[in-house]
Amino acid sequence: MSDFAIETAGLTKRFGKQLAVDGVDLAVPEGSVFGFLGPNGSGKTTTIRMLLGLASATAGDIRVLGQAMPRRLANVLPGVGALIEGPGFYPFLSGAANLRRLDAADGFAPAASRAARVDHALERVGLTHAAGKKVRAYSLGMKQRLGIANALLAPRELIVLDEPTNGLDPQGTREVRHLIRSLASEGTTVFVSSHLLAEIEQMCTHAAVMSGGRLVAQGTLDELRLAGQTRARVLVPAADASRATRILTDLGLPPEPEPAPATPGTQPGGAGLGATSGTRGSANGPLPTPEGHFALPGEGAGGAGVGESVLSAVLPESVAREDVVAALVAGGVRVRGFAVQQASLEDLFVALTGEGFDVVQ
Amino acid sequence: MSSDTPPARIAPAAAGVEAAAPDTHGGAPDLLGRRSRRALGWGFFASELSVLFRRRRTWAMLAALAAIPILIAVAIRVTDGGDGRGPAFLDRITQNGLFVGMTALVVSIPLFLPLTVGVVAGDSIAGEANTGTLRYLLVSPVGRIRLLVVKYAAAAVFCLTATVTVSLAGILIGIALFPVGPVTLLSGDSVSVGESLLRSLLIAVYVTLGLVGLSAIGLFISTLTDAPVGAMAATVVISIVSQVLGQLSQTEWLHPWLFSYYWLDFADLLRQPIEWSSFGGNALLQLGYVAVFGALAYGRFASKDVLS
Ligand SMILES: Nc1ncnc2c1ncn2[C@@H]1O[C@H](COP(=O)(O)OP(=O)(O)O)[C@@H](O)[C@H]1O
Ligand SMILES: [Mg+2]
Repeated sequence: MSDFAIETAGLTKRFGKQLAVDGVDLAVPEGSVFGFLGPNGSGKTTTIRMLLGLASATAGDIRVLGQAMPRRLANVLPGVGALIEGPGFYPFLSGAANLRRLDAADGFAPAASRAARVDHALERVGLTHAAGKKVRAYSLGMKQRLGIANALLAPRELIVLDEPTNGLDPQGTREVRHLIRSLASEGTTVFVSSHLLAEIEQMCTHAAVMSGGRLVAQGTLDELRLAGQTRARVLVPAADASRATRILTDLGLPPEPEPAPATPGTQPGGAGLGATSGTRGSANGPLPTPEGHFALPGEGAGGAGVGESVLSAVLPESVAREDVVAALVAGGVRVRGFAVQQASLEDLFVALTGEGFDVVQ
Repeated sequence: MSSDTPPARIAPAAAGVEAAAPDTHGGAPDLLGRRSRRALGWGFFASELSVLFRRRRTWAMLAALAAIPILIAVAIRVTDGGDGRGPAFLDRITQNGLFVGMTALVVSIPLFLPLTVGVVAGDSIAGEANTGTLRYLLVSPVGRIRLLVVKYAAAAVFCLTATVTVSLAGILIGIALFPVGPVTLLSGDSVSVGESLLRSLLIAVYVTLGLVGLSAIGLFISTLTDAPVGAMAATVVISIVSQVLGQLSQTEWLHPWLFSYYWLDFADLLRQPIEWSSFGGNALLQLGYVAVFGALAYGRFASKDVLS
């Protein structure tokens, strides 16, 4: 019995001269919610097609649910539900009739419970009211939901969702997130691809990052975060900045310049703060701030106030954050704000893929 | 700013999705009963037929086919026979309405029947690829061979339906507009109305048989492309090319190998006793086409990358 729901070794797919997937070694633990992250065209869908036996691999081995693919396809696929590169349905049939049709195609699905399972799947994605409507008349979001319902038609050990929130409104996106969590709580392994980092960060336990067909990082979200850095940020009156800098340096947290803000126009001219180059606006950088992120008092509406500055430093694991504040206060620094910023996966991923991700909203 | 929302602000629909979740465990014992072996595929075949015959397009094609005998019958009725020129059996209609169906078949065989069969067979795989349902059928998992077999069987059922539609519509309009009585066969013998209806059925089977080879070609072409219209057009064009080659004396050596070779030879079934040689030759030839193009379709589809 394998501990991995999906395992690949050296998985490669070549389209003509182009390597769409290049030597990918995936390891998706059973029971995980696994985010498969990468910009458009990085090879996510192609990988998923090979995992499900739709396309053959140019090279490499695949094991899904502990069995070799595509050799054991007929044994493996009944336990797998999938949404692959968007939904595909007969426009001239109703939503429910489409699901019955795809269920009838599954030679292992019992016909006796078909109607009940179709109703249940439609209910889970909130489509009960549109069950009798022709798919022709569905909106993109409704089709996407129907596609997810199709993946839920039978009890599955593994659910593969390729960009499940494409075309969904924020409400639908939230619902998909809840659905994935509830699937995970039932013990189903969920493999979900996305080009949206924030989405993966909010619902996954594990993630892998694709870039240009190669797997550039893989692990639990915490492991991936560790690859980045935790930063401490302090908001102080500008007059105290140099004293604070000295104290922080003594503690082993030398403040350093932060990445330039996204909107150069908000840079105050000639703040003259030496090492504390990041002043106003730095907290409003280009990165999305998922839940639990940094929030210095007063920064939400435009960063440090006039005459204030922000000091930012890498926080080593050996230093307790309360000690930082205590040392600053003891040294006479008027601390106006303090925050510990979990390393942003975005920083890591941008570094790994060399490309920005689309930002939610 | 954050795209997430505290639970308290989740709208009712989202709550519904969550509320439904605990049910899975409650209902699981009933729902979990997976079959240990794959079903033979009768259920999927029934589903395939229902998809085929629930399409408006299918009904439109059958209606058009049914219109052919009706047009012929009405035209003859209105013009009172005409000058004796026209397709086989045309001149017999005024004496016996049962000939309307046969006349309509003769008219439909060269173009209208191959057209509708080409649409159905050409659409079989390419149409699924085009709607994006092919990948979902395959991961359901349907089994690639099972899918091909079921698709082909459904196309064959359509061939029979199309032929019977022409024949039946012809018989009905013939009964409505013309006198009906014992039928004089080509051999001069006369058979009862009941037996002549049986012979009509036999002719429908003969014509259907002639179309199953074309269906296999259509199925094969359909595995080559994701564009159903292209596969349909190619299938129809091939049926026309086959008939054209069948007309040329330069390609006479080829004639017995063309799938359209026996298409119009059903008159042998209107002799007493029935002359079965063309029926047998037709069956053998079509079987050959089914074997060859079925194997080609399998060879192409079994290992094909489905990227639609
Ligand atoms: N059918 C195909 N033929 C040729 N190239 C393809 C095909 N499908 C995908 N590709 C190429 O493979 C690469 C990966 O595509 P894909 O797996 O769809 O990326 P993603 O799902 O991550 O957006 C892309 O560069 C794309 O152009
Ligand atoms: Mg994709």
